[in-house]
Amino acid sequence: MKIKAPIRKATIPKPEIENNGGLSSKDFVSGQEVRWCPGCGDYSILKQMQTILPQIGVDKKDIVFISGIGCSSRFPYYLDTFGMHSIHGRATAIASGLKATRPELSIWVVSGDGDGLSIGGNHMAHLLRRNFNVNVLLFNNEIYGLTKGQYSPTSKVSTVTKSTPLGSIDHPFNPAAFAMGSDGSFIARTMDRDPKHLQTMLLRSHVHSGTSFLEIYQNCNIFNDGAFFDYTEKESKPGNALFVEHGKPMRFGADNEYGIRLDGTRPQVIKIGDEYGVEDVWVHDEKDIIKANILIRMEANYPDEKLPRPFGVFYETNRPNYEVLMQQQVDNALVQKGKGDLDALIAGNETWVIN
Amino acid sequence: MSKIIEEKQNVVIKFAGDSGDGMQLVGTQFTNNTASVGHDLGTFPDFPAEIRAPQGTLPGVSGFQIHFGSTEIYTPGDTCDVLVAMNAAALKSNLRNVNQNGIIILNTAGFDSRNLKLAGYQDNPLDGDLLNGFIVYKIDITKLTRDALEEVELGVRDKDRSKNMFVLGFIYWLYNRTPENTIQFIERKFKNDEVVREANIRALKAGYNYADITEAFSSRFKVQPAKMAPGTYRSITGNPALALGLIAAAQKTGLQLFYGTYPITPASDILHELARHKNFNVKTFQAEDEIAAICSSIGAAFGGNLGITGTSGPGLALKAEAMGLAVMLELPLIILNVQRAGPSTGLPTKTEQSDLLQAVYGRNGECPMPVIAASTPSSCFEVAYKAVKMALEHMTPVLVLSDGYIANGAEPWKFPKAADLDEINVSVVTSKESEEKFMPYLRDENLVRQWAVPGTEGLEHRIGGLEKEDVTGSVSYDPENHQKMVKIREAKVEKIAEFIPEQEVDSGKESGKILVLGWGSTYGSIKSAVTELIHEGYDVSHAHLTYIKPFPRNLGELLHRFEKVLIPEINNGQLIKMIRDKYLIDAKGYNKIKGTPITKNELKEEIIKMYS
Repeated sequence: MKIKAPIRKATIPKPEIENNGGLSSKDFVSGQEVRWCPGCGDYSILKQMQTILPQIGVDKKDIVFISGIGCSSRFPYYLDTFGMHSIHGRATAIASGLKATRPELSIWVVSGDGDGLSIGGNHMAHLLRRNFNVNVLLFNNEIYGLTKGQYSPTSKVSTVTKSTPLGSIDHPFNPAAFAMGSDGSFIARTMDRDPKHLQTMLLRSHVHSGTSFLEIYQNCNIFNDGAFFDYTEKESKPGNALFVEHGKPMRFGADNEYGIRLDGTRPQVIKIGDEYGVEDVWVHDEKDIIKANILIRMEANYPDEKLPRPFGVFYETNRPNYEVLMQQQVDNALVQKGKGDLDALIAGNETWVIN
Repeated sequence: MSKIIEEKQNVVIKFAGDSGDGMQLVGTQFTNNTASVGHDLGTFPDFPAEIRAPQGTLPGVSGFQIHFGSTEIYTPGDTCDVLVAMNAAALKSNLRNVNQNGIIILNTAGFDSRNLKLAGYQDNPLDGDLLNGFIVYKIDITKLTRDALEEVELGVRDKDRSKNMFVLGFIYWLYNRTPENTIQFIERKFKNDEVVREANIRALKAGYNYADITEAFSSRFKVQPAKMAPGTYRSITGNPALALGLIAAAQKTGLQLFYGTYPITPASDILHELARHKNFNVKTFQAEDEIAAICSSIGAAFGGNLGITGTSGPGLALKAEAMGLAVMLELPLIILNVQRAGPSTGLPTKTEQSDLLQAVYGRNGECPMPVIAASTPSSCFEVAYKAVKMALEHMTPVLVLSDGYIANGAEPWKFPKAADLDEINVSVVTSKESEEKFMPYLRDENLVRQWAVPGTEGLEHRIGGLEKEDVTGSVSYDPENHQKMVKIREAKVEKIAEFIPEQEVDSGKESGKILVLGWGSTYGSIKSAVTELIHEGYDVSHAHLTYIKPFPRNLGELLHRFEKVLIPEINNGQLIKMIRDKYLIDAKGYNKIKGTPITKNELKEEIIKMYS
């Protein structure tokens, strides 16, 4: 039976933020010609970003975008903020040094599945564990686009590409699980084709103190068209995508007729009606790390359950930011030892005089 | 009984033992004591890569050589006058470097059958005539230390750890010193551990008193203070000198110092030193790898800070791509490379000058970067300071070369006053200067672009690793523009030659028969060899390069004033390639690739050979 799909409205409340000095989205357009392929999902992400930037309460001069290499990494060129298009996989490391020395800046790292999880996977893990207060946008299209279509570390097994004519044999990363394994303090997923949800997730990433890891499903219409259509298209989205909200029961379906029930630690799809009521549906708690782990990995762990793909903020916690602790050590050293005396430092502990 | 005091002009002592015997500590303490009584000195610590190499074996021997005297000292000495050997392996690996009639002090406890076997001795050298021609003192240092610590409540193993202090004590006596500064050191180091503190002080005093009362030592030695330039001195090794130079430059400019690095021998001590001085607005970041280390420093530099990264050869290779990014971004950045013997992991604790070509050329694309090299431990301070000045005033990454020999070697340093250090101009744009759109790659007459940092209103701009359009900095694939930008980046670095001093002749005449041209840590050996030969009547001169990219503007002219040019290097011939390439002269190389410094005597022989 074909599910009739009303366009789902993003009901997730936007975090409270203030407008920054009457700027509009146009003020964030750099003027450089945008050079993604026509129809690329990146256009929507750029547009949503330009839409939310006037709302985040940060002066334009204090916003920095840093990217690595790949289609996604052209992003900084198109935004009229400070920006750096760096080298493959290293945007996270560059952002770490910038944040360590300039904690007041709002820093956004733009990366892709190849850039952030393959060549830059090491730095990604370390950024997350250190918990610098920066926002990572991981554009996941499950393919290498800029190098013209090789499989990526998020490609499904058996993906046929130029480099894998017989199908890929690599087991793929689940980016959210990767972030969880690196003790990320904010882990969320959204998609290019749901502008409202994307905007809300960008705002949530901004508001979170600590490293925000936002995976964005992004359609590469040239090399991997439709990779996420199950979750993004009108017809299939309601039955396959689950939008989780803190404190709300996990419901999905064209008429919200389905829910996820936790049987112990085992999630199962239930139909709300005769056997189960709304009260049986798992209520999402962003602060619950155990359940977040179940949520993030539920499809892979229980393939027979036909569980939907979750979107939204899976997990958020507060723990100290690296740059704050680092500054505290400098401040404490100043209190304990006083401002450094350069002459005394150069002279050291033992000197002698020759007349 | 009174003992004779013999006067000496200069002395080389080598302390050698198992890597767990504490020889490095003995060496450092003796160095500080030597410096404080006004001798000139040079040291050479030489230790295995393993923290605790197999006990008693030849590879496990750790040594510390010190050369001190009443005259100017430029090297740790080729051969030694005194060898302290704590076991058979230490004797075996050092005996060939002891001068005839030299003194050998042996710990007899280190010559039992097990130690002899591990060292590969068939017969006990204490019994045969292997040691004829030396003045040998056989002392059971282990037993004497245990006896001295009889009343101290420590296990035997812990007591034996103090035997290095016993050695230090009798060497202090032998060279007419007082052990006060070491007692103070022990009191500081073990201020929270009374038992260990007491054990070390007792062992030190026991060694001193043993030498005084025993019949074995009939004479002690006295060395007059050196005639050094008046001033206040301290002892310094290369790595801390680099750290101090960087802090001094940061303080002078008011910039926050960010050091992103990954632990690697022999560069890690720079991190250790900087991490202690956070009250100088220093932030140290131990990154997850070499690449993250340099990238975090680039991020700091983009943010308007003094970004620095440090490493050794293998790490420099990993940083190559990011160095290219820094060249493209035209941001100030300091890259320190404390060289070690390669390739690959090579000999991590041994010295070599084999990263010169990597430093100058080792990046993808046409990627010019200034390279400057320290030549002595104390010169590391000045070189670090100058590197920062160059990076900030010319908006470029600068690569500083040091090596394991100067990183760990010590010398007296007549240190500067902070107020006397050169001014450094920082060209951060603090506000938008006109209504026009900001042009990140607009250059001044020296081809230097402006440093516009996040947080400055109206200067929002994007930079990156893609080729830049001249002036605007926009991405450009235009072929004409690419050629132009490659030439501009090269010209910008070459233009620095106008701001660095002309090359001077260090020793000898301004022209003549042979010029010995060196760079880096061979300074002391070349200086000693050339000075001696000049005294012996040879027409030979020495010039030593600090600036390698760009070369000093008069270098070609200087080289052509000599009939022959000899270039000694601790590599397979690297500077010589650059000199031959640029100046088309038939320079000859002297290359030693054994992980050890070039000695004065072997270099003298080489120069004499070339002379005839």
